[in-house]
Amino acid sequence: MSISNTQATPPAAQPGASAIPGTGVPGASEPAEAAPAIDLTEVSKAYRTGRGELLALDGVSLQVAAGEFVCIIGASGCGKSTLLNLVAGLDQPSAGTVETGGRRVGLMFQEPALFPWLTAGRNVEMALRARGVPREVRRDRTAELLETVRLGGFGDKRPHELSGGMRQRVAMARALAQDADVLLMDEPFGALDAMTRDLLHDELERICAERSLTVLFVTHNVREAARLGDRVIVLSSRPGRVIGEYPVPRHGQRRIDSGEVAQMAAMLTDRLREEMGRHGN
Amino acid sequence: MATDQALHGLDNLEVGPLLDQPSLAGRFGRRAWGATWPKLLAIVLVLVAWQLFYLSDHNGISAHHLLVGPVQGLPNLWDQLLHGQLLSAVGTTLKRAVVGYALSLLVGVVVGAIVARIPPLRAAVGSIITGLQTMPSIAWFPFAIILFGLSDSAILFVIVLGSAPSIANGLIAGIDYTPPLLLRAGKVMGLRGITLYRYLILPASLPAFIAGMKQAWAFAWRSLMAGEILVQVAGVSSLGVLLEGDQDQLDITSAISVMIVILIIGVVVDGLFTKADLAIRNRRGLLDSAAV
Repeated sequence: MSISNTQATPPAAQPGASAIPGTGVPGASEPAEAAPAIDLTEVSKAYRTGRGELLALDGVSLQVAAGEFVCIIGASGCGKSTLLNLVAGLDQPSAGTVETGGRRVGLMFQEPALFPWLTAGRNVEMALRARGVPREVRRDRTAELLETVRLGGFGDKRPHELSGGMRQRVAMARALAQDADVLLMDEPFGALDAMTRDLLHDELERICAERSLTVLFVTHNVREAARLGDRVIVLSSRPGRVIGEYPVPRHGQRRIDSGEVAQMAAMLTDRLREEMGRHGN
Repeated sequence: MATDQALHGLDNLEVGPLLDQPSLAGRFGRRAWGATWPKLLAIVLVLVAWQLFYLSDHNGISAHHLLVGPVQGLPNLWDQLLHGQLLSAVGTTLKRAVVGYALSLLVGVVVGAIVARIPPLRAAVGSIITGLQTMPSIAWFPFAIILFGLSDSAILFVIVLGSAPSIANGLIAGIDYTPPLLLRAGKVMGLRGITLYRYLILPASLPAFIAGMKQAWAFAWRSLMAGEILVQVAGVSSLGVLLEGDQDQLDITSAISVMIVILIIGVVVDGLFTKADLAIRNRRGLLDSAAV
């Protein structure tokens, strides 16, 4: 389970656990496992723009083991959303391969992207319907999924009647309704207030553990990455390349305000600033 | 467990019930009154303006030599409704309106759906549709009368040409403006082809479509009135025929009565579309609750 970045690594970058002496868990100590849930090999993606080609991703290789929670951070222009679109199958890479081994992939965005003409319950049910789940079981499954995100009594509410955090949980129930083994999350809590976000971190952790989900979680927020991830991947900007990989030590329940998370976040912030500085002149 | 409780508490704080909800009957009464009084006020204002004009005097010519005031005009309207041809004329006109509008809806939806689905058609047919929309419908009548003679078909033809473009444009705009994020969400869920249209694109385009339907009604109603005055089908009484008759007999009192009926029908139907539009936007949370 490791990142291999075959691109020439900038001399300043110190990828891997070695960047956090003392706290790092060496990747080699993880048990050898079966094929990864998400396997990106040498993936590049270029977009044609008015002024020529824009290279969004450049030779990104990344493996995520089944049940692993991987956070991706990077400054603007690192192609994070492009990466998720490729894994979700919404877009095709220009070069390289994306493998998810036929797993079902659910995708969540920064906005809940619920259908505003349907109630919360119907939104969840829509994902079941799209999968061809028979009508008789849809109602029960919907109730169960809303219960999972602790929105039991709110199935009849319309999205605009719910708070931002609740809408995002409906979106999570909808993603789970796809029976996804892999959850791709594109800054899902970015628009929420800190208190709600903190609670939803706990909830996400619980749900992922209950359903043994594999998660690829993109964020701008280094603390969030340090709080949630088993591993944090740092991408460079323009083009996006993997420039660092940091296993996060696990000592029981983590909190956003714990010392460990703060220490990790500070280290990630330094790494990101270094990368941003490269674009400064 | 602590997370669970905190989360429930937060949810209840965010969507908790408003304090002091008035009773259902009270709310209904207040809403009905709130919707009614501006309309009553508008009617009163029109009647006052009418009466003032009636009493006015221009260079020695008093308006009351030319037309009647509301005091004489309204009883005439009542009398025509009870005893004259007005009711059967309204029936004929409304039947044409319904049939013409239904045809426009059919043509507009079919053309709009085809144009929206096939990009190469977009540029070509799109500009034709907009061109048709800007063409005053009355200009079609000579052509229609040559083609269909003085018949219902001529009138329906012009109604469809006048209002179907608005329907088609409404549908195309709705499909075009389906939020890309919702499309991504739908595709990830596995909605494809027909199901993508049925469950996502068509519901998403409903507000724009309703706006198109409302505009189409205004065009249809205008085309119909022009048509009924220009194309008089022998032996059939309609609002247009009555108006033309009043003109011939210089019966301004009766003409005013017919015009009031035309105005009321137009306003009522427009009001129904507005209501549908508001209901849809309200369901989707597109109304600013402070502004309602």
